Amino acid sequence: MQPPATPEKLSHAALFTGFFQAGIIGFGGVLPVARRIMVEQKHWLTAAQFTDLFALCQFLPGANIVNFSFAFGARHRGVSGAAAAVAGLLAAPVAIVLGLGALYQRYGNLPLARHGLTGLAAAATGLVLATALKIATPTFTHVKNIGISALALALVLLAHLSLPVTMAIVLPVSLFVAWRG
Amino acid sequence: MLLTLAAMFARLSLLAVGGVNSTVPEIARQVVTIRHWATPQQFAQMFAIAQAAPGPNMMIVTVIGGREAGIAGGVVATLAMMLPAGTLVIVVSKLWDRYRENRWRRIIQAALLPITAGLVLAAAAVLVTQADTSALTVAITAISALALWRTKIHPLWLLTAGSIAGLVLG
Repeated sequence: MQPPATPEKLSHAALFTGFFQAGIIGFGGVLPVARRIMVEQKHWLTAAQFTDLFALCQFLPGANIVNFSFAFGARHRGVSGAAAAVAGLLAAPVAIVLGLGALYQRYGNLPLARHGLTGLAAAATGLVLATALKIATPTFTHVKNIGISALALALVLLAHLSLPVTMAIVLPVSLFVAWRG
Repeated sequence: MLLTLAAMFARLSLLAVGGVNSTVPEIARQVVTIRHWATPQQFAQMFAIAQAAPGPNMMIVTVIGGREAGIAGGVVATLAMMLPAGTLVIVVSKLWDRYRENRWRRIIQAALLPITAGLVLAAAAVLVTQADTSALTVAITAISALALWRTKIHPLWLLTAGSIAGLVLG
């Protein structure tokens, strides 16, 4: 029997530390790590509460776990709570990424580095391709979605329209189609 | 430069439907095609570095900001990318209980899903043109994609394998 989720407000320090833990070990996806830390280790939320809040974060634009940090932090300590949670989440990743970026600037052109980076880039491309397929396959079971996706794809890749303009065109069309059911 | 970075990414924050991958084609367009801050291959490499590091899937903006304006650039780019969307999250989460079951919420969600699919496919296509310039890279991409799509192998292993393949076979 799981203990009930922590009802009282978490401190700023707790928010920062909890999200810091998730951020620093979250390679290739912070979500499962965050879930384990918050639901199973710290009992900050029940599994159901986590899933529900996460659904909100998926629905809104932005990186899911970043949105989650904003929402969860705000629930406990308002805007400063959100700041603590997000700062915790991103502190280590930003520092590490800036460090790696600096190394890349300096040594990225060395032959050995170049070969490794080329391979790395190809693999990362594969990961995005897999992500795209994972999103597309269930979505395309509804035929009308294929048209909307194709439109977005064409506007971006073929017409080279900016994202704001693309969205201004595709979103109303998609809303209309979704509304008509 | 800091203002340029801030404006560029703040503009995209609310358009990152389904995640930051949806904005990758536009970021690439800005960075490579319009501003010539990096070559296509460099963009793909920076994207990969951002993927390899821990953290959420938005660190590409940090890498770009860092490249253009050091630590300040990295921080500004990151803040710009997440503050507009984060503000929206805080506002909506207060109203979530009221609107979770609302009909329009479901309609909006249904409308955003195929757009996300199209944009992330576009992101994949952009990266493929940038990164897959040889038989080896095509193979690495194909194998990594298949592995992530169909198996439970952790992405970090796939990135490591790709780097090693590039080192050994490149």
